[in-house]
Amino acid sequence: MKTKIVVALAGNPNSGKTTIFNNWTGTRQHVGNYPGVTVERKEGFCRHGNVEIEVVDLPGTYSLTAYSAEEVVARNFIIDEKPDVVVDIIDSSNIERNLYLAVQFVELGVPLVLAFNMSDTAKARGHEFDIKMLSRFFGAPIVQTIGNKGTGMRELLDAVVRVANTGDGNRVGNIDYGREIEEEISGIESLIRKDDMLSRRYSARWLAVKLLENDRDVWAKINSPELEAQVEKSASRIEKITGEHPETAIAGRRYGFISGACQEAVRSTIEIRHTASDRIDAVVTNRILGIPIFLGFMYLVFQLTFTLGNSPMDWIDAGFGWLGNVVGGWWAPGSESLLKSLLVDGIIAGVGGVVIFLPNILLLFLAIAILEDSGYMARAAFIMDRLMHKIGLHGKSFIPMLVGFGCTIPAIMATRTLENRRDRLATMLVLPLISCGARLPIYVLIIPAFFPQAWEGRMLWIIYMTGITLAILLAKLLRISLLKGESVPFVMELPPYRMPTVKGVFIHMWERGRLFLKKAGTVILGVSVLLWAATTFPGLPESVKAHFENEINKVQVSSMAKEVKAERIDTIANETAEAALEYSLAGRMGHALEPVFAPMGFDWRLVTPVIGAIAAKEVFVAQLGIVFSVGEADEESGSLRSRLRARYTPLTGFCILLFMLIVAPCMATFAVMKSESGSWGWAIFQFAGLTVLAWILTVIVYQAGSLAGIGI
Amino acid sequence: MLNSFKRRKGCMKNRAFKSLAIVESGRRVRFLGVHTGRGLQARLSAMGMIPGVEIDVISNSDHGPFIIAVKGSRIMLGRGMASKIVVG
Repeated sequence: MKTKIVVALAGNPNSGKTTIFNNWTGTRQHVGNYPGVTVERKEGFCRHGNVEIEVVDLPGTYSLTAYSAEEVVARNFIIDEKPDVVVDIIDSSNIERNLYLAVQFVELGVPLVLAFNMSDTAKARGHEFDIKMLSRFFGAPIVQTIGNKGTGMRELLDAVVRVANTGDGNRVGNIDYGREIEEEISGIESLIRKDDMLSRRYSARWLAVKLLENDRDVWAKINSPELEAQVEKSASRIEKITGEHPETAIAGRRYGFISGACQEAVRSTIEIRHTASDRIDAVVTNRILGIPIFLGFMYLVFQLTFTLGNSPMDWIDAGFGWLGNVVGGWWAPGSESLLKSLLVDGIIAGVGGVVIFLPNILLLFLAIAILEDSGYMARAAFIMDRLMHKIGLHGKSFIPMLVGFGCTIPAIMATRTLENRRDRLATMLVLPLISCGARLPIYVLIIPAFFPQAWEGRMLWIIYMTGITLAILLAKLLRISLLKGESVPFVMELPPYRMPTVKGVFIHMWERGRLFLKKAGTVILGVSVLLWAATTFPGLPESVKAHFENEINKVQVSSMAKEVKAERIDTIANETAEAALEYSLAGRMGHALEPVFAPMGFDWRLVTPVIGAIAAKEVFVAQLGIVFSVGEADEESGSLRSRLRARYTPLTGFCILLFMLIVAPCMATFAVMKSESGSWGWAIFQFAGLTVLAWILTVIVYQAGSLAGIGI
Repeated sequence: MLNSFKRRKGCMKNRAFKSLAIVESGRRVRFLGVHTGRGLQARLSAMGMIPGVEIDVISNSDHGPFIIAVKGSRIMLGRGMASKIVVG
C-alpha cells in the first residue's frame, strides 16, 4: 500500500476543477509558474486515511494536442512526471464535450479516475447516467460529485487511492479509428518500434496517432526522414479517403466513440438547457446595454478596490509609522546611529511602502474572482474584444489596463486571465504606461509649480492621455514585431452563470495576496536597503559635519528670538541633508549622470530623485524635497514649488512629467514582472526599454521646445 | 477540411452551403468545415465542432456577439470567425 501518491487534476475549463482542488487541499496550496511559460502551476496537499496525497491542478484544457501552452504543460506533466493517478473532472451536464479529454487520457494509457462533477445540474437538466456501463466503456472508475457542495469528495479520494494501489483504472487503452486510419496507424507504429529511444518513452500507438494529428510538440522530438515520409504518405491517404485532414478525421472518430457510449449509457429526459443563462446574456451582451453594464461593473470594482481599500491602507501606514517611532525610540534623541537609520528609514519605510498596497490587491482580486467565477468575465471579454482587437490585444486585456490606473502590480497579476502568451506579454509590457496612483503625487506637485491654474486639469489629462496613447501604440508595435503571431480569432466557451462559492473566492484572493507579499516583499526589502545605502553612504566627512554643527551651535548661543532660532536651525538641518545627499552615492550618481540627462534639461537635483524613484514612484517627491533643502516634502509643498519655479522653465516641468510617466517601472513592478513572465529577460526588457523610450521622447520634446521657444 | 464537403457534394445535393455568419438566430444548421489554419481547426474540433455536428445559432445580431450551441455548450465566436465557418 502506497502512503504517498501524486494525483493530477485535469479537466475542461469551467468543469469545476478548481473547486474540487480547493475542497481537497484548502489552504495547503502553492502557486507557481511552469518554467519558461506563463502557465500557472498549482499544487496542494491533502490526507486521506493514512495516505499523503500531493495534488497538482493542471491547467484547464479541451484536448491534449499542442496548440496552446496549457495543453503542452498538462500533457508533459503526465508524460514526464508520471502521476500515480489522473483525475479527469467532467462537467456531467455537458458530458460529450467533456469526455473528449477523457478519451485522450484513455489513449495515453494513464491510471484514470473520472469525476462526474456538477451531477446536481446534470440531474436538473434531465440526464441520467448508467455509471457502471460508462465506467466499462472508459475502463476507469467513475464517481459522481457536486464540487461546490463538497458532495462525493471522500468517494473520489477512495477511488483515487484504490487506483493508485492497484494500478488499474485503465483497461481499454485504444479507440478504434476505423479500418482506413487504423491501417495507417499500424504502419507508422511499426516504424516507431524500430526506434528504441522513442518507444521506450512513449507508447508507439499514441505517438503514431499524434504524428498523424500533426502535433508540433511531438514532431519536434522526431528526427527520422523515413518516419516523416511515412506519416506524410499516410496523412494524404487519409485525406483522400475521408476528405478530411487526419486530425479532423481522428477527432471525429473520438467523438463517434463518445456518442456511441452516451447513446447506450446516458438518458436525457428533458430538453431544457441554458435557458436562464441565455436570458441573462440577452441583456448583458446586448449591443446597446452591454458596454454601459460592463462599465458599471468596472466602476464598482474600482470603487471597491480604491475606496474600501483606503482605510486599511491608512491603518497599515499608521502601523508602520508607529513601528518606526517605536524602533526609533530605542535610541536616545540626538545619538545618531546607522543601525537606527537602516531600520527606520530603510527597512520599515521601504517594506511599509509596499505592504500598503495589500488591501488594494486583496479587494481587487476579490472582485475579479467574483466576476470570473460567476461567468461574467467571459462576456466582458467579448464585449471589449472589438475595441481591443484594433489595438492588437485581446478583449480580456481591458481589465488589467483599467486596474493599471490604480496600481501596476495587481494589473500585471490580473493578466493571468489572458490565455494567449503573446497577448499576455504585450499587455504586461505596456501596463506601466498607464499612470498608476503612485505617480499622481508627482503630477500634483509639478503641474501647479509650472502651469497656470486654468491649465492644471488639462495638463493632468494630457499626461494621462499621453500614457494611454503610448500604451496603445507600443502594444500594436509589439504585436507586429517582437510578439508577432496570428492574432487569435475569438472563440470562447460561454460558461453558464453560476453562483461563486465563498470558499473559492476567498482562496483565490488570499493566494494572490500571499504571492504579492512574498515575491514583491522579499525583493523590495533588498532594494530598500540598497537604496537606503545609496542615499546614506558615504556619509559627510567629519569636517563638513562639524561645520554644520558649528553653525547650529552659533545660532543656539546667539540672541535671536526663539522662533527665528528654530527656523534657522531647521534651514541648517535641511542644508545638511542636502549636502549629505549630494555627497552620497545617489548624489554622486546624479552628478555623474547629469550629462546623460542634460539634453532634456535635467540637472543633478532632478536626476538624483529619478534614481530614488526606482524604489517607488512617490519617492521622487520626497527626494526632491531633500535636494531642494525644504526638508520633509509632500505634493502640497508650496516652498518646494516656488524653488522649482525659480530654477526651471515650464518646458523642463513638462519634461519632468513626461519622463516620470514613461521611465522604468518601480522595483515592485519589476519583481512582479519577473515572476509573472517567468523570466528576468522580459522584466529587464521592459525596464530598459521604457527608460530608453522615456529618454528619447523627453529629449525630442525638450530640444524641439527649446528651438521653437515654447515654455522657456 | 474544405475538401470534405466538396467531395461530399454528391450526397448533399439539396443542401445549400453558406457561411455561418448569415444564419439567423434560432436556426439549426450542420457544421461542414472552416476556412482557417489547422491549429484553430484542431481547437474547434476539440470543442466539439467536427464535420456533421449540429449547430444551434443562439444569437446573431448585427453588433452583438455571435453565440452558438454545440454539443450542449455555448460557444462565442467573433464575427470574422463565424464568416469563415461553412454550414449546410
